[in-house]
Amino acid sequence: MIIATNVNKRFGKLQALDNVSFTCNKGQTISLIGPNGSGKTTFIKCLLGMVVPDSGFITFNDRNIIHDWKYRRHIGYMPQTGRFPDNMTIAQVFDMMKDIRREDTGSIDEDLAEGFGLHRMMDKRMRTLSGGTRQKVSAALAFLFNPDVLILDEPTAGLDPVASELLKDKVRKEKQKGKLILITSHILSELDDLVSEVIYLQEGKLLFHKSLDQLKKDTGEDKLVKAIARIMQANT
Amino acid sequence: MNKVIKYVILDILRNKIVVAYTVFLLAISLTVFNLEDTAGKGMLSLLNIILIVLPLVSIIFSTIYVYNSTEFIELLLSQPLPRKRLVLSIFIGLTASLILAFLIGAGLPILFYSDSQAGLVLMSTGIGLTIIFVALALLGSMITRDKSKGIGLAILLWFYFSLIYDGIVLFILFQFSDYPLEKISIVLGSLNPIDLGRIVVLLQLDISAMMGYTGALFREFFGGTWGSLYACLVMLMWIAAPLWLAVRKFNRKDW
Repeated sequence: MIIATNVNKRFGKLQALDNVSFTCNKGQTISLIGPNGSGKTTFIKCLLGMVVPDSGFITFNDRNIIHDWKYRRHIGYMPQTGRFPDNMTIAQVFDMMKDIRREDTGSIDEDLAEGFGLHRMMDKRMRTLSGGTRQKVSAALAFLFNPDVLILDEPTAGLDPVASELLKDKVRKEKQKGKLILITSHILSELDDLVSEVIYLQEGKLLFHKSLDQLKKDTGEDKLVKAIARIMQANT
Repeated sequence: MNKVIKYVILDILRNKIVVAYTVFLLAISLTVFNLEDTAGKGMLSLLNIILIVLPLVSIIFSTIYVYNSTEFIELLLSQPLPRKRLVLSIFIGLTASLILAFLIGAGLPILFYSDSQAGLVLMSTGIGLTIIFVALALLGSMITRDKSKGIGLAILLWFYFSLIYDGIVLFILFQFSDYPLEKISIVLGSLNPIDLGRIVVLLQLDISAMMGYTGALFREFFGGTWGSLYACLVMLMWIAAPLWLAVRKFNRKDW
Protein backbone atom coordinates (compact mmCIF):
# COMPACT_ATOMS: atom_id res chain seq x y z
CA MET A 1 0.00 0.00 0.00
CA ILE A 2 2.82 2.38 0.92
CA ILE A 3 6.20 1.77 -0.65
CA ALA A 4 9.18 3.95 0.16
CA THR A 5 12.28 3.63 -2.01
CA ASN A 6 15.68 5.05 -1.03
CA VAL A 7 14.27 8.10 0.69
CA ASN A 8 16.93 10.65 1.69
CA LYS A 9 16.46 13.84 3.59
CA ARG A 10 19.11 16.18 4.91
CA PHE A 11 18.57 19.18 7.16
CA GLY A 12 21.78 21.15 6.91
CA LYS A 13 24.47 18.90 8.33
CA LEU A 14 22.04 16.40 9.77
CA GLN A 15 21.18 13.41 7.63
CA ALA A 16 17.63 12.94 8.91
CA LEU A 17 16.79 10.04 6.60
CA ASP A 18 19.47 7.90 5.03
CA ASN A 19 18.32 5.64 2.19
CA VAL A 20 15.17 4.45 3.88
CA SER A 21 13.18 1.86 1.95
CA PHE A 22 10.28 -0.26 3.08
CA THR A 23 6.89 -1.58 2.17
CA CYS A 24 3.76 -1.76 4.24
CA ASN A 25 0.39 -3.19 3.49
CA LYS A 26 -3.20 -3.13 4.52
CA GLY A 27 -4.00 -4.86 7.78
CA GLN A 28 -0.58 -4.33 9.31
CA THR A 29 -0.03 -2.45 12.51
CA ILE A 30 3.50 -1.15 12.39
CA SER A 31 5.39 0.56 15.12
CA LEU A 32 8.23 2.92 14.27
CA ILE A 33 10.80 2.69 17.01
CA GLY A 34 14.07 4.48 17.45
CA PRO A 35 15.99 6.83 19.76
CA ASN A 36 15.18 10.54 19.83
CA GLY A 37 16.21 12.23 16.62
CA SER A 38 16.36 9.02 14.64
CA GLY A 39 14.09 10.39 11.92
CA LYS A 40 10.73 8.87 12.85
CA THR A 41 8.77 12.10 12.65
CA THR A 42 10.64 13.24 9.53
CA PHE A 43 9.74 9.95 7.90
CA ILE A 44 6.07 10.34 8.82
CA LYS A 45 6.09 13.89 7.49
CA CYS A 46 7.58 12.61 4.24
CA LEU A 47 4.68 10.15 3.96
CA LEU A 48 2.26 13.03 4.39
CA GLY A 49 4.09 15.27 1.95
CA MET A 50 4.83 17.85 4.63
CA VAL A 51 8.55 17.29 4.17
CA VAL A 52 9.81 16.86 0.63
CA PRO A 53 12.54 14.18 0.35
CA ASP A 54 15.84 15.20 -1.30
CA SER A 55 15.88 11.99 -3.30
CA GLY A 56 13.99 8.73 -3.49
CA PHE A 57 10.26 8.39 -3.79
CA ILE A 58 7.25 7.18 -1.92
CA THR A 59 4.24 5.62 -3.56
CA PHE A 60 0.79 5.27 -2.10
CA ASN A 61 -1.39 2.69 -3.86
CA ASP A 62 1.19 2.68 -6.70
CA ARG A 63 1.04 6.44 -7.23
CA ASN A 64 3.99 8.67 -6.52
CA ILE A 65 2.88 11.07 -3.80
CA ILE A 66 4.91 13.98 -5.18
CA HIS A 67 2.51 14.45 -8.07
CA ASP A 68 -0.55 13.65 -6.09
CA TRP A 69 -2.40 15.09 -3.14
CA LYS A 70 -5.63 13.20 -3.28
CA TYR A 71 -4.04 10.21 -1.56
CA ARG A 72 -4.18 12.17 1.70
CA ARG A 73 -7.92 11.59 1.86
CA HIS A 74 -7.11 8.02 2.86
CA ILE A 75 -4.93 9.10 5.76
CA GLY A 76 -5.77 10.18 9.27
CA TYR A 77 -2.80 11.86 10.93
CA MET A 78 -2.28 12.62 14.58
CA PRO A 79 0.82 14.81 14.97
CA GLN A 80 3.23 14.65 17.88
CA THR A 81 2.06 18.00 19.17
CA GLY A 82 -1.27 19.10 17.86
CA ARG A 83 -1.01 22.69 16.70
CA PHE A 84 -4.21 24.49 15.87
CA PRO A 85 -5.18 28.04 14.93
CA ASP A 86 -5.43 29.83 18.28
CA ASN A 87 -8.59 31.75 17.60
CA MET A 88 -10.76 28.86 16.49
CA THR A 89 -13.04 26.94 18.80
CA ILE A 90 -13.04 23.14 18.85
CA ALA A 91 -16.37 23.14 17.02
CA GLN A 92 -14.98 25.44 14.32
CA VAL A 93 -11.95 23.20 13.80
CA PHE A 94 -14.17 20.13 13.45
CA ASP A 95 -16.53 21.95 11.09
CA MET A 96 -13.63 23.23 8.98
CA MET A 97 -12.16 19.74 8.63
CA LYS A 98 -15.54 18.27 7.72
CA ASP A 99 -16.06 21.08 5.23
CA ILE A 100 -12.66 20.53 3.61
CA ARG A 101 -12.95 16.77 3.41
CA ARG A 102 -16.64 16.76 2.59
CA GLU A 103 -16.44 15.06 -0.82
CA ASP A 104 -14.47 12.11 0.41
CA THR A 105 -16.12 11.34 3.70
CA GLY A 106 -17.98 8.10 3.50
CA SER A 107 -18.86 8.05 7.14
CA ILE A 108 -18.02 10.26 10.07
CA ASP A 109 -16.67 8.48 13.12
CA GLU A 110 -17.13 10.58 16.23
CA ASP A 111 -16.59 7.77 18.76
CA LEU A 112 -13.38 9.30 20.08
CA ALA A 113 -14.71 12.84 20.30
CA GLU A 114 -17.60 11.51 22.34
CA GLY A 115 -15.42 9.21 24.42
CA PHE A 116 -13.09 12.06 25.31
CA GLY A 117 -16.04 14.27 26.25
CA LEU A 118 -15.06 16.91 23.69
CA HIS A 119 -18.71 17.65 23.02
CA ARG A 120 -19.00 19.38 26.34
CA MET A 121 -16.31 21.94 25.48
CA MET A 122 -16.97 22.54 21.80
CA ASP A 123 -17.05 26.33 22.12
CA LYS A 124 -13.69 26.66 23.88
CA ARG A 125 -10.96 28.35 21.88
CA MET A 126 -7.90 26.24 20.96
CA ARG A 127 -5.61 28.74 22.69
CA THR A 128 -7.24 28.04 26.06
CA LEU A 129 -6.91 24.24 25.87
CA SER A 130 -4.42 22.20 27.87
CA GLY A 131 -1.82 20.10 26.06
CA GLY A 132 -3.73 16.91 26.82
CA THR A 133 -7.02 18.26 25.52
CA ARG A 134 -5.29 19.35 22.34
CA GLN A 135 -3.98 15.81 21.92
CA LYS A 136 -7.54 14.55 22.34
CA VAL A 137 -8.69 16.91 19.58
CA SER A 138 -5.84 15.68 17.32
CA ALA A 139 -6.72 12.06 17.98
CA ALA A 140 -10.42 12.63 17.39
CA LEU A 141 -9.62 14.41 14.10
CA ALA A 142 -7.34 11.59 12.93
CA PHE A 143 -10.13 9.02 13.33
CA LEU A 144 -12.97 11.35 12.28
CA PHE A 145 -13.11 10.45 8.60
CA ASN A 146 -12.71 6.70 8.97
CA PRO A 147 -9.50 6.65 6.88
CA ASP A 148 -7.81 3.51 5.53
CA VAL A 149 -4.45 4.50 6.96
CA LEU A 150 -3.84 5.89 10.43
CA ILE A 151 -0.59 7.60 11.26
CA LEU A 152 -0.17 8.26 14.96
CA ASP A 153 2.92 10.12 16.14
CA GLU A 154 3.37 9.61 19.88
CA PRO A 155 -0.36 9.23 20.36
CA THR A 156 -0.47 8.68 24.10
CA ALA A 157 2.10 11.28 25.15
CA GLY A 158 0.29 13.82 27.30
CA LEU A 159 -2.94 11.87 27.58
CA ASP A 160 -4.27 10.79 30.96
CA PRO A 161 -4.53 7.02 31.61
CA VAL A 162 -8.26 6.88 30.90
CA ALA A 163 -7.93 8.72 27.61
CA SER A 164 -4.91 6.72 26.52
CA GLU A 165 -6.73 3.42 27.30
CA LEU A 166 -9.66 4.69 25.24
CA LEU A 167 -7.36 5.57 22.36
CA LYS A 168 -5.66 2.16 22.46
CA ASP A 169 -9.05 0.43 22.41
CA LYS A 170 -9.95 2.49 19.39
CA VAL A 171 -6.71 1.54 17.65
CA ARG A 172 -7.42 -2.13 18.37
CA LYS A 173 -10.91 -1.78 16.89
CA GLU A 174 -9.58 -0.12 13.75
CA LYS A 175 -6.90 -2.78 13.45
CA GLN A 176 -9.59 -5.44 13.35
CA LYS A 177 -11.22 -3.60 10.44
CA GLY A 178 -8.04 -4.33 8.50
CA LYS A 179 -6.59 -0.84 8.37
CA LEU A 180 -2.95 0.03 8.05
CA ILE A 181 -1.78 1.68 11.26
CA LEU A 182 1.60 3.31 11.83
CA ILE A 183 2.48 4.22 15.41
CA THR A 184 5.54 5.78 16.94
CA SER A 185 5.85 5.64 20.68
CA HIS A 186 8.50 5.49 23.35
CA ILE A 187 6.21 3.66 25.73
CA LEU A 188 7.00 0.25 24.35
CA SER A 189 4.96 -1.68 26.90
CA GLU A 190 1.77 -0.30 25.44
CA LEU A 191 2.74 -1.35 21.93
CA ASP A 192 3.21 -4.99 22.92
CA ASP A 193 -0.32 -6.13 22.31
CA LEU A 194 -1.06 -3.64 19.53
CA VAL A 195 1.56 -4.00 16.84
CA SER A 196 2.26 -6.75 14.37
CA GLU A 197 5.50 -5.39 12.91
CA VAL A 198 8.40 -3.29 14.07
CA ILE A 199 10.51 -0.85 12.08
CA TYR A 200 13.63 0.30 13.84
CA LEU A 201 15.31 3.54 12.82
CA GLN A 202 18.64 4.82 14.03
CA GLU A 203 20.37 8.01 12.91
CA GLY A 204 18.15 8.13 9.87
CA LYS A 205 18.93 4.57 8.80
CA LEU A 206 16.41 1.78 8.77
CA LEU A 207 18.07 -0.97 10.81
CA PHE A 208 15.39 -3.60 10.40
CA HIS A 209 11.78 -4.23 9.55
CA LYS A 210 10.51 -7.43 11.14
CA SER A 211 7.34 -8.93 12.41
CA LEU A 212 7.00 -8.79 16.17
CA ASP A 213 7.17 -12.58 16.50
CA GLN A 214 10.32 -12.75 14.42
CA LEU A 215 11.90 -10.01 16.53
CA LYS A 216 11.06 -11.83 19.74
CA LYS A 217 12.44 -15.05 18.36
CA ASP A 218 15.66 -13.40 17.17
CA THR A 219 16.39 -11.70 20.45
CA GLY A 220 15.09 -14.51 22.64
CA GLU A 221 12.93 -12.14 24.66
CA ASP A 222 9.20 -12.36 25.07
CA LYS A 223 8.54 -8.67 25.65
CA LEU A 224 9.00 -5.89 23.08
CA VAL A 225 10.61 -3.64 25.69
CA LYS A 226 13.34 -6.14 26.43
CA ALA A 227 13.87 -7.05 22.82
CA ILE A 228 14.36 -3.40 21.86
CA ALA A 229 16.55 -2.72 24.89
CA ARG A 230 18.78 -5.58 23.76
CA ILE A 231 19.04 -4.13 20.26
CA MET A 232 19.77 -0.64 21.55
CA GLN A 233 22.56 -1.96 23.76
CA ALA A 234 24.01 -3.98 20.94
CA ASN A 235 24.14 -0.85 18.79
CA THR A 236 25.88 1.50 21.21
CA MET B 1 -10.36 26.54 -3.25
CA ASN B 2 -13.02 28.92 -1.95
CA LYS B 3 -13.48 26.85 1.21
CA VAL B 4 -9.99 27.67 2.39
CA ILE B 5 -10.32 31.31 1.28
CA LYS B 6 -13.49 31.52 3.34
CA TYR B 7 -11.67 30.38 6.47
CA VAL B 8 -8.76 32.74 5.83
CA ILE B 9 -11.06 35.74 5.39
CA LEU B 10 -13.13 34.80 8.45
CA ASP B 11 -9.93 34.55 10.46
CA ILE B 12 -8.63 37.92 9.22
CA LEU B 13 -11.91 39.65 9.96
CA ARG B 14 -11.96 38.12 13.43
CA ASN B 15 -8.79 39.99 14.41
CA LYS B 16 -9.65 43.62 14.36
CA ILE B 17 -6.58 45.05 12.61
CA VAL B 18 -8.19 45.18 9.19
CA VAL B 19 -11.24 46.90 10.68
CA ALA B 20 -8.97 49.43 12.39
CA TYR B 21 -7.15 49.98 9.08
CA THR B 22 -10.47 50.67 7.36
CA VAL B 23 -11.53 53.17 10.03
CA PHE B 24 -8.11 54.86 9.88
CA LEU B 25 -8.26 55.24 6.08
CA LEU B 26 -11.80 56.52 6.32
CA ALA B 27 -10.87 59.10 8.94
CA ILE B 28 -7.86 60.28 6.94
CA SER B 29 -9.70 60.59 3.63
CA LEU B 30 -12.66 62.39 5.16
CA THR B 31 -10.33 64.81 6.98
CA VAL B 32 -8.24 65.47 3.88
CA PHE B 33 -11.22 66.11 1.61
CA ASN B 34 -12.83 68.41 4.17
CA LEU B 35 -9.65 70.37 4.90
CA GLU B 36 -8.63 71.16 1.32
CA ASP B 37 -10.82 73.54 -0.64
CA THR B 38 -10.73 71.66 -3.96
CA ALA B 39 -11.09 67.95 -4.57
CA GLY B 40 -7.87 68.01 -6.63
CA LYS B 41 -5.78 69.19 -3.70
CA GLY B 42 -7.52 66.68 -1.48
CA MET B 43 -6.60 63.92 -3.91
CA LEU B 44 -2.98 65.04 -3.89
CA SER B 45 -2.73 64.92 -0.10
CA LEU B 46 -4.58 61.62 0.00
CA LEU B 47 -2.25 60.20 -2.65
CA ASN B 48 0.79 61.03 -0.55
CA ILE B 49 -0.68 59.49 2.59
CA ILE B 50 -1.91 56.37 0.78
CA LEU B 51 1.46 55.79 -0.89
CA ILE B 52 3.10 55.66 2.56
CA VAL B 53 0.44 53.92 4.65
CA LEU B 54 -0.95 51.35 2.25
CA PRO B 55 2.30 49.52 1.38
CA LEU B 56 3.35 49.61 5.05
CA VAL B 57 0.13 48.11 6.38
CA SER B 58 -0.16 45.58 3.53
CA ILE B 59 3.36 44.20 3.88
CA ILE B 60 3.59 44.19 7.69
CA PHE B 61 0.11 42.83 8.34
CA SER B 62 0.47 40.10 5.71
CA THR B 63 3.90 39.05 6.95
CA ILE B 64 2.69 38.74 10.53
CA TYR B 65 -0.46 36.98 9.38
CA VAL B 66 1.44 34.37 7.39
CA TYR B 67 3.77 33.66 10.34
CA ASN B 68 0.83 33.44 12.71
CA SER B 69 -1.01 30.99 10.50
CA THR B 70 1.79 28.41 10.68
CA GLU B 71 -0.53 26.21 12.73
CA PHE B 72 -3.32 26.63 10.25
CA ILE B 73 -0.98 25.74 7.37
CA GLU B 74 0.40 22.70 9.19
CA LEU B 75 -3.08 21.48 10.00
CA LEU B 76 -4.24 21.77 6.40
CA LEU B 77 -1.04 20.37 4.83
CA SER B 78 -1.84 16.91 6.16
CA GLN B 79 -5.30 17.14 4.59
CA PRO B 80 -6.21 16.29 1.01
CA LEU B 81 -5.45 19.73 -0.42
CA PRO B 82 -2.79 20.62 -2.98
CA ARG B 83 -0.12 22.93 -1.57
CA LYS B 84 -0.59 25.45 -4.32
CA ARG B 85 -4.25 25.85 -3.46
CA LEU B 86 -3.40 26.40 0.19
CA VAL B 87 -0.86 29.18 -0.44
CA LEU B 88 -2.96 30.86 -3.12
CA SER B 89 -5.97 30.78 -0.80
CA ILE B 90 -3.98 32.59 1.88
CA PHE B 91 -2.81 35.11 -0.72
CA ILE B 92 -6.29 35.72 -2.09
CA GLY B 93 -7.81 35.92 1.39
CA LEU B 94 -5.26 38.53 2.45
CA THR B 95 -5.53 40.65 -0.69
CA ALA B 96 -9.33 40.45 -0.72
CA SER B 97 -9.70 41.68 2.84
CA LEU B 98 -7.07 44.44 2.47
CA ILE B 99 -8.58 45.62 -0.82
CA LEU B 100 -12.01 45.63 0.78
CA ALA B 101 -10.64 47.75 3.62
CA PHE B 102 -9.05 50.16 1.12
CA LEU B 103 -12.20 50.43 -0.99
CA ILE B 104 -14.37 51.18 2.02
CA GLY B 105 -11.84 53.41 3.76
CA ALA B 106 -10.50 55.41 0.82
CA GLY B 107 -12.55 54.38 -2.22
CA LEU B 108 -15.93 55.52 -0.93
CA PRO B 109 -14.74 59.04 0.05
CA ILE B 110 -12.90 59.38 -3.28
CA LEU B 111 -16.02 58.47 -5.22
CA PHE B 112 -18.07 60.78 -3.04
CA TYR B 113 -15.85 63.88 -3.19
CA SER B 114 -14.32 63.61 -6.64
CA ASP B 115 -15.91 61.42 -9.26
CA SER B 116 -13.17 62.23 -11.75
CA GLN B 117 -10.96 59.85 -13.69
CA ALA B 118 -8.16 60.70 -11.29
CA GLY B 119 -10.17 59.13 -8.48
CA LEU B 120 -10.54 55.88 -10.39
CA VAL B 121 -6.82 55.83 -11.23
CA LEU B 122 -5.96 56.41 -7.56
CA MET B 123 -8.26 53.55 -6.56
CA SER B 124 -6.80 51.11 -9.07
CA THR B 125 -3.28 52.17 -8.04
CA GLY B 126 -4.22 51.43 -4.42
CA ILE B 127 -5.59 48.02 -5.36
CA GLY B 128 -2.49 47.22 -7.42
CA LEU B 129 -0.11 48.29 -4.64
CA THR B 130 -2.04 46.23 -2.07
CA ILE B 131 -1.69 43.09 -4.19
CA ILE B 132 2.00 43.77 -4.88
CA PHE B 133 2.89 44.26 -1.23
CA VAL B 134 0.93 41.20 -0.09
CA ALA B 135 2.85 39.18 -2.69
CA LEU B 136 6.16 40.63 -1.45
CA ALA B 137 5.14 39.81 2.14
CA LEU B 138 4.32 36.24 1.17
CA LEU B 139 7.68 35.87 -0.53
CA GLY B 140 9.51 37.37 2.46
CA SER B 141 7.83 35.03 4.90
CA MET B 142 8.71 32.03 2.72
CA ILE B 143 12.37 33.03 2.63
CA THR B 144 12.98 33.00 6.35
CA ARG B 145 11.53 30.76 9.05
CA ASP B 146 12.22 33.21 11.84
CA LYS B 147 9.34 35.55 12.55
CA SER B 148 11.38 38.52 13.75
CA LYS B 149 13.71 38.23 10.76
CA GLY B 150 10.71 38.05 8.48
CA ILE B 151 9.14 41.18 9.93
CA GLY B 152 12.53 42.94 9.74
CA LEU B 153 12.76 41.99 6.08
CA ALA B 154 9.25 43.33 5.49
CA ILE B 155 10.11 46.67 7.11
CA LEU B 156 13.32 46.85 5.11
CA LEU B 157 11.46 46.19 1.85
CA TRP B 158 9.00 48.95 2.69
CA PHE B 159 11.87 51.33 3.53
CA TYR B 160 13.52 50.49 0.26
CA PHE B 161 10.45 51.09 -1.88
CA SER B 162 9.27 54.22 -0.02
CA LEU B 163 12.50 56.01 0.87
CA ILE B 164 15.79 54.44 -0.12
CA TYR B 165 14.87 53.93 -3.77
CA ASP B 166 13.84 57.57 -4.17
CA GLY B 167 17.09 58.60 -2.56
CA ILE B 168 19.07 56.53 -5.05
CA VAL B 169 17.11 57.96 -7.97
CA LEU B 170 17.65 61.55 -6.78
CA PHE B 171 21.35 60.83 -6.32
CA ILE B 172 21.63 59.51 -9.89
CA LEU B 173 19.66 62.43 -11.32
CA PHE B 174 21.87 64.99 -9.56
CA GLN B 175 25.15 63.25 -10.33
CA PHE B 176 24.37 62.94 -14.01
CA SER B 177 22.38 66.14 -14.39
CA ASP B 178 24.59 67.22 -17.31
CA TYR B 179 23.27 64.36 -19.41
CA PRO B 180 19.77 63.91 -20.85
CA LEU B 181 18.07 61.70 -18.28
CA GLU B 182 14.44 61.92 -19.32
CA LYS B 183 14.20 58.42 -20.79
CA ILE B 184 16.17 56.95 -17.93
CA SER B 185 13.86 58.59 -15.43
CA ILE B 186 10.91 56.81 -17.03
CA VAL B 187 12.72 53.49 -16.64
CA LEU B 188 13.73 54.32 -13.07
CA GLY B 189 10.17 55.34 -12.28
CA SER B 190 8.76 52.02 -13.37
CA LEU B 191 11.27 49.95 -11.43
CA ASN B 192 9.45 50.91 -8.23
CA PRO B 193 5.71 50.22 -8.05
CA ILE B 194 5.13 53.07 -5.56
CA ASP B 195 6.83 55.62 -7.84
CA LEU B 196 4.99 54.29 -10.84
CA GLY B 197 1.71 54.65 -8.97
CA ARG B 198 2.60 58.18 -7.96
CA ILE B 199 3.48 59.21 -11.53
CA VAL B 200 0.32 57.67 -12.98
CA VAL B 201 -1.95 59.40 -10.46
CA LEU B 202 -0.10 62.75 -10.61
CA LEU B 203 -0.55 62.88 -14.38
CA GLN B 204 -4.29 62.76 -13.82
CA LEU B 205 -4.13 65.85 -11.59
CA ASP B 206 -3.67 69.45 -12.70
CA ILE B 207 -0.49 69.63 -10.68
CA SER B 208 1.46 67.76 -13.39
CA ALA B 209 1.56 70.98 -15.44
CA MET B 210 4.12 72.25 -12.95
CA MET B 211 6.55 69.36 -13.29
CA GLY B 212 8.57 70.95 -16.06
CA TYR B 213 10.17 69.19 -19.02
CA THR B 214 10.33 65.76 -17.39
CA GLY B 215 6.69 66.10 -16.45
CA ALA B 216 5.80 66.85 -20.05
CA LEU B 217 7.77 63.82 -21.16
CA PHE B 218 6.02 61.64 -18.57
CA ARG B 219 2.72 63.01 -19.79
CA GLU B 220 3.62 62.20 -23.35
CA PHE B 221 4.71 58.67 -22.43
CA PHE B 222 2.19 57.59 -19.78
CA GLY B 223 -0.67 59.78 -21.05
CA GLY B 224 -1.34 57.67 -24.15
CA THR B 225 -2.91 54.24 -24.41
CA TRP B 226 0.46 52.55 -24.76
CA GLY B 227 1.72 54.30 -21.66
CA SER B 228 -1.24 53.15 -19.59
CA LEU B 229 -0.82 49.64 -20.95
CA TYR B 230 2.86 49.76 -20.08
CA ALA B 231 2.07 50.92 -16.53
CA CYS B 232 -0.49 48.12 -16.10
CA LEU B 233 1.95 45.58 -17.45
CA VAL B 234 4.71 46.68 -15.06
CA MET B 235 2.26 46.51 -12.15
CA LEU B 236 1.24 42.99 -13.21
CA MET B 237 4.90 41.97 -13.39
CA TRP B 238 5.35 43.29 -9.87
CA ILE B 239 2.50 41.05 -8.74
CA ALA B 240 3.40 37.97 -10.77
CA ALA B 241 7.13 37.76 -10.04
CA PRO B 242 7.03 37.72 -6.20
CA LEU B 243 3.90 35.57 -6.18
CA TRP B 244 5.42 33.00 -8.51
CA LEU B 245 8.60 32.84 -6.42
CA ALA B 246 6.59 32.58 -3.19
CA VAL B 247 4.43 29.70 -4.50
CA ARG B 248 7.57 27.93 -5.72
CA LYS B 249 9.22 28.31 -2.31
CA PHE B 250 6.06 27.19 -0.52
CA ASN B 251 5.82 24.06 -2.68
CA ARG B 252 9.31 22.99 -1.64
CA LYS B 253 9.17 24.03 2.00
CA ASP B 254 9.44 21.50 4.82
CA TRP B 255 7.07 21.79 7.75
